[in-house]
Amino acid sequence: MSDDPGERAGFDRRRFLLLAGGGVVVALVGLGARFALKRDREFAYPEDLNAYLRIGKDGRVTVFSGKIEMGQGVMTSLAQMLAEELGVAVASVDLVMGDTKECPPDAGTFGSLTTRVFGPALREAGAKARSALLGLAAKRLGVPRTALAVDDGVVSVIGSPARRVTYGDLAGGAKILRVVDRRVTLRTAKEFTVIGQSVERLDGPAKVTGAAKYTGDLRRPGMLYARLLRPPMHGAMMVSLDTSAAERVPGARIVQHQGLIAVLHADPQGAEAAVRAIRSSWSEPATTVDSESIFDHLVAVGGEPNEIARHGDVEAAKARAPHLVKSVFHKGYVAHAPMEPHTALAEIKDGHATIWASTQTPFPTRDRVAKMLGMRRDAVRVITPFVGGGFGGKSAGQQVLEAARLAQLTGHPVMVEWTRDEEFFYDTFDPAAVVEVASAADPSGRLALWDYAVFGAGPRGAEPIYASPAQRIVSASSGPEIHPFAVGPWRAPGANMNVWARESQIDLMAAALGQDPLEFRLRNVVEPRLRRALEAVATAFGWQSGPAPSRRGQGIACNIDAGTCVATAAAVRVDAATGRVIVDRIVCAQDMGIVVNPEGAKMQIEGGLTMGLGYTLAEELHFRGGDILDRNFGTYQIPRFSWVPRIEAILLRNDALAPQGGGEPAITTTGAVVANAVFDAIGVRFYRLPMTAVRVKDALAAATKA
Amino acid sequence: MMRALTFRLNGAERTLEVDDARSLLVVLRDDLGLTGAKYGCGVGYCAVCTVLLDDAPIRSCVTPVGAIDGHTVTTVEGLASGGVLHPLQQAFIDHGAFQCGYCTSGMLLGAVALLRSTPHPTREQMVQALDGHLCRCGAHQRILAAIESVAAQGAAAGEAR
Ligand code: FES
Ligand code: FES
Repeated sequence: MSDDPGERAGFDRRRFLLLAGGGVVVALVGLGARFALKRDREFAYPEDLNAYLRIGKDGRVTVFSGKIEMGQGVMTSLAQMLAEELGVAVASVDLVMGDTKECPPDAGTFGSLTTRVFGPALREAGAKARSALLGLAAKRLGVPRTALAVDDGVVSVIGSPARRVTYGDLAGGAKILRVVDRRVTLRTAKEFTVIGQSVERLDGPAKVTGAAKYTGDLRRPGMLYARLLRPPMHGAMMVSLDTSAAERVPGARIVQHQGLIAVLHADPQGAEAAVRAIRSSWSEPATTVDSESIFDHLVAVGGEPNEIARHGDVEAAKARAPHLVKSVFHKGYVAHAPMEPHTALAEIKDGHATIWASTQTPFPTRDRVAKMLGMRRDAVRVITPFVGGGFGGKSAGQQVLEAARLAQLTGHPVMVEWTRDEEFFYDTFDPAAVVEVASAADPSGRLALWDYAVFGAGPRGAEPIYASPAQRIVSASSGPEIHPFAVGPWRAPGANMNVWARESQIDLMAAALGQDPLEFRLRNVVEPRLRRALEAVATAFGWQSGPAPSRRGQGIACNIDAGTCVATAAAVRVDAATGRVIVDRIVCAQDMGIVVNPEGAKMQIEGGLTMGLGYTLAEELHFRGGDILDRNFGTYQIPRFSWVPRIEAILLRNDALAPQGGGEPAITTTGAVVANAVFDAIGVRFYRLPMTAVRVKDALAAATKA
Repeated sequence: MMRALTFRLNGAERTLEVDDARSLLVVLRDDLGLTGAKYGCGVGYCAVCTVLLDDAPIRSCVTPVGAIDGHTVTTVEGLASGGVLHPLQQAFIDHGAFQCGYCTSGMLLGAVALLRSTPHPTREQMVQALDGHLCRCGAHQRILAAIESVAAQGAAAGEAR
């Protein structure tokens, strides 16, 4: 075993080696609280272990990580980061992800953390493994390690390439453990041969041939499909129940247990027929709020806001300001609507539960299942197959608990696949929110006052990116108690609201002063990286200076999110007859530090901007109290081909900075950039998202009258 | 009604004794073990369940399985032949035309149908043909680029598969 001086005292290597087996194994420990979960002694892995990799005698490298792949491409970018440091081909790296038995614990995949926080640690593990292997090779070949070079998993003597040994050969006879808990020397950007390359996604072949397995594609012997009886609205209480007709459906089995009423059937359509045959009546709770009154409600119940930032004398600046720009912005609830609904398959056998789930949080989900079933957590294994989109919505895991409970009650493997209707009903929506802002600038176009309050969405994206001598930013509750149904993280939680409101307000001030919105931003922006992104996007877009509205339909917006500086410009047209906003072109420039996989990063930018067109132009959940009125894509429209503009993603080179977030920053600018472009096109400012065709048409009519 | 259906599935003759009112999507996924076609909405809005009935793209979720009697059905599993990917499958990989991949099989079959009927579609024709195919990840631009590249190759090679 290792005598490495950098190892941690607390790491239980004996226990770990039992788990990890032979070969060359490198363990990552101590990434900190955001990664680790609270563990107790019954859990098999040592404290503080975040991931590990193993090099087998076939030379293949396997990484075990609790992160999951839901489309964001981390399977590929993590393999690249490891391959770079270890000196192997990307294709020789396998990832085992989101399997609670095989992988050490992880809090979940969210917040653009995988590449940003987990990636550097994985690189360190790769570097450590390479160093261990070089040591073995030096002994085997009888030369000092400085005389050795590595290429694609082959170590050879510099100058005499015939004297060589492969990683597989070295690992075959070795039983080596290395622990990474301190900085090792990583390769520099100049030395990179794998990081920075647009490597083809590792999941491509499986996904284009239909071979990729999602949870709903799995089958177990004796498996039953479950359909659960659902209340007609949130908060409804059951008054009567008659399952006699459902019981007569051939092959159907009814389960009633502590408020859960389910029908199980070997055929999904049999289960559906039976659940439809259940007769039930419900008391309907009094309606409190709806899609329109929600905004007053949020302000009324928001409680004492938290201060996010404050300096200078805000009240004095207000009194002094010659021209105060005051605005109130509203945005409704938005669904995650991944194409794959929540799905889970649970099997309980011989005191062990195995769960396959479409989830972003396999470990917390495992813990919840264990608690509910009354089992030890190491008797529960959650396996995460490919996930068909998450966007923050697959963190909660209600469907997993349902499947596990039904498996326990029936003794059969049970598949719970939510219908689209259930998916809308039980989604943890992006919260509706209100922003109230008062701001002022001096005549030269420098911000003099920024007084900003957000209700319902939380503070992400509200942090100051513009300098102002007097500034107050507060955020009232975004907690579940103020919303009529569940809300939760949605791709850059809260930031879509805050960035739209802030960047709209910035444009309002520029317009009030008759100044160009780009110049106004450049004058007030603090971070030089953001300034560079603004300049880059303006050049690439062909920004035409001048005050808005210019009738050209150009807009600009910017943000800093997850460490990434992003600036976006858009060109739009408005069809006056229908009110439809047509986005012709979006250009987005991002400084996200070192880019691991440029094409992968561009996919995330394009995907984010495209998805963002939804909350910008159409997506808003209609509801009356707990009654969710949008239950499928007929009334709830998400972006489609005919909406999608030409999108150009520009990656600004910044090799001095470690990789920053990539999945979330771009989408935070979509609402703002399109709203600003619409204002430039028609001279109408929208204070409500989405800018539906009806709202735009009405606003145009009102503007003509005025 | 239980009935024996005879059809061609991904190039092979099949006979199946089945209730002809069941949904084709369920029969494909559960009786025939072909899980490439996905469930997304169950009512025809999203097209992630798309398969080809002869040369036409159909929503298998709302198609009773009886409709395939005497016809040819192609699913994503039947696109590659002899271990070689269909040009569109290869183009989807080359252009990164997927993220989570859940919409991908439906997209591919929609695109195959388009190129069979219209080997050199304009951008508008592509958008029109695929507008009912939802993709939450926002891979649209790359899907169009992938199809365009295959149409161009087809033009160069003088054939479209
Ligand atoms: S599942 Fe068939 S159209 Fe959506
Ligand atoms: S790639 Fe995820 S839905 Fe299209």
